[in-house]
Amino acid sequence: MSAIEIKDLHVNIGDKPIVKGLSLTINQGEVHAIMGPNGTGKSTLSKAIAGHPDYTITSGDVLIDGVSILDKEPDERARAGLFLAFQYPSEIPGVTIANFLRAALQARLGEGEEIDASGYYKQLYAEMDALKIDRKFTSRAVNDGFSGGEKKRCEILQMAMLKPKFALMDETDSGLDIDALRIVSEGVNHLRGPNLGILLITHYQRLLNYIVPDYVHVMYDGRIVKSGDKSLALELEAKGYDWVKKELAAV
Amino acid sequence: MADTDTPQVEIDETEVNPVQGIDQTVGDFSYDVKYAFDAGTGLNEQTIEYISSVKKEAPWILEFRKKAYEIFKSKPMPTHWATKDLENIDFDKIRYYLSQGQKPKRTWEEVPDDIKKTFERLGIPEQERKFLAGVEAQFDSEAAYSNIKELVAKQGVIFMNSTEALREHPEIFRKWFGKVIPTSDNKFSALNSAVFSGGSFIYVPPGVKVAHPLQAYFRINAENFGQFERTLIIVDEGAEVTYMEGCTAPKFSTSTLHSAVVELVALKGAKIQYITVQNWAPNVYNLVTKRGLAMEDAEIKWIDCNIGSRLTMKYPGVVLKGRRARGEVISIALANDGQHQDTGAKMIHAADETTSTIISKSISVGQGRATYRGVVHIPKNLKGCKNNTECDALLINTNSRTDTYPAITVRGADHAVQHEASVSKVSEDMIFYMQQRGLTEAQAMSLAVNGFVNDLVRQFPMEYSVELKRLIDLEMEGSVG
Repeated sequence: MSAIEIKDLHVNIGDKPIVKGLSLTINQGEVHAIMGPNGTGKSTLSKAIAGHPDYTITSGDVLIDGVSILDKEPDERARAGLFLAFQYPSEIPGVTIANFLRAALQARLGEGEEIDASGYYKQLYAEMDALKIDRKFTSRAVNDGFSGGEKKRCEILQMAMLKPKFALMDETDSGLDIDALRIVSEGVNHLRGPNLGILLITHYQRLLNYIVPDYVHVMYDGRIVKSGDKSLALELEAKGYDWVKKELAAV
Repeated sequence: MADTDTPQVEIDETEVNPVQGIDQTVGDFSYDVKYAFDAGTGLNEQTIEYISSVKKEAPWILEFRKKAYEIFKSKPMPTHWATKDLENIDFDKIRYYLSQGQKPKRTWEEVPDDIKKTFERLGIPEQERKFLAGVEAQFDSEAAYSNIKELVAKQGVIFMNSTEALREHPEIFRKWFGKVIPTSDNKFSALNSAVFSGGSFIYVPPGVKVAHPLQAYFRINAENFGQFERTLIIVDEGAEVTYMEGCTAPKFSTSTLHSAVVELVALKGAKIQYITVQNWAPNVYNLVTKRGLAMEDAEIKWIDCNIGSRLTMKYPGVVLKGRRARGEVISIALANDGQHQDTGAKMIHAADETTSTIISKSISVGQGRATYRGVVHIPKNLKGCKNNTECDALLINTNSRTDTYPAITVRGADHAVQHEASVSKVSEDMIFYMQQRGLTEAQAMSLAVNGFVNDLVRQFPMEYSVELKRLIDLEMEGSVG
């Protein structure tokens, strides 16, 4: 079984430490949720793991199947099985979803190998049907003029097609109304299984009503300060983040 | 508010030169060719007499050339509005005429081996078999190969090299020659008129619609060379033709000059589509004058893709001379490091209810510079004219540059004019997003650029859109620091 291990990770933005010694192991098949107040470093964690150039890892390590990914380019990390569902997905004008995904899959093939076009479309349409996405969607430019819900569904579709081992889902619930949240959650649940490890990053408990996690971690000031099962999320919802802050202050 | 611990960080502006080590494409090779005819280096009256005599031209042509040479000498370099880089052209170091003969071959078998292998390497014979109605392949000053499919020739279509056409069809040639672009139009049209050689001549008789494109390929092989082809296309009433040209040259350390003049005449109700995909080496000065004359209900469409060259100055135009005539310029320019694409369009409205459209997209990579210059002229006495101009620029790096100089002169009240311009940038976040999906940085940039031009490329014939995509991929390859 495959695992992603985050070991005592420290991340800076410029000179400012944001993530301050975070450790977490996610096995394939598990769903972990990280919750925490604004500005605690949740999004920084996911972008640093994916290799965004604005984030500097000052110490610690991230390994997939025992191999460090920190000296790899973002695209190499992606091809090693890492997927980041963005909080704010970028728009790519003029590039259709069908062409984009095809290029992404093509990039995973060896030299001289060519993607089989009819097989590709068959797979694409099957995934779209499973995620209840209109087929017209494929000819639209990636995220260009999409609503919040459409952007998030587009992320889930990409995840379905690229079949990562590990998915970091950054605030997938942000900007969604209740219907969109349900549709997106159904999509994630559909992809959930023994071959996918998920890290759900969220601010609100409500997402976890739809995607029920195996583990819940509370992040505060760049660290995980509390871990538990799904009941921790409910406790947090009831007591608020101040409860965690007070508990920490008491220590 | 959503949780946004997205950072505000300063981006490092001191980016590494993004286009180091670029592979300047398939065109970068040359063969050692023995030229039978060589006008030597530098330009004077003897050069012109030599060119005219080897071509066995009629006296009026020699006279035309000599007059043009005087105009060329009298005109200053247009550096008061254009780049000072023009001053680096040394007219005394250029070779003005090189050929192996003045009569092109009708079959590839007859073409001399060293020239044939050039065109085979560029894929011309293959394209001809696949989808073309006729091909003209110019090697330095003259066409090495020229052929038109029998079926098309039977319809009365004339497609040949300008050198031959001046001998065989002087009556049609002379009637329109220099009428759309007068010799004195600019310094480089005068230079071309003095030393022109090669280029295509096309005549399509009334009502004939040529189903497949005619293609010309212009190849520069020699160093320090100047290529001055002259193309004249006349499409008679109600007839239609699509003409495509491709250009390449090897990469030499010294500069090469390409200075063509292209004149189009679309008579009543005729349609001309002229497509250029140029891929010049980065030492080529590409200074070309292109203009069409559209009579009543006629339509002229320029599709112009400018990739490569050191400096390109090209503003395809249409003179809308007849009522309801339509003109269109669609241009794509990609300026890589060290290159300047100074391109645009000219639309001269000269009749009522004429319509013009200009869509220009430019991409600047690294320290590449793209300039758009447009002229739209609608005089006071006309009624019901329309123009739509759209210029979009894409900047790949923080040190890339783009300038836009649209000049739209509209007099009179009864016209509709629309102008839109935009500048966008390929952001670090967009590239990161694509990389996160598994694309390399170069693949991501290439995809962003292809996306930017996608709506235009879709209008191209398939073979050319594939070619353009391949060229963009090659330009973006290794374009990352």
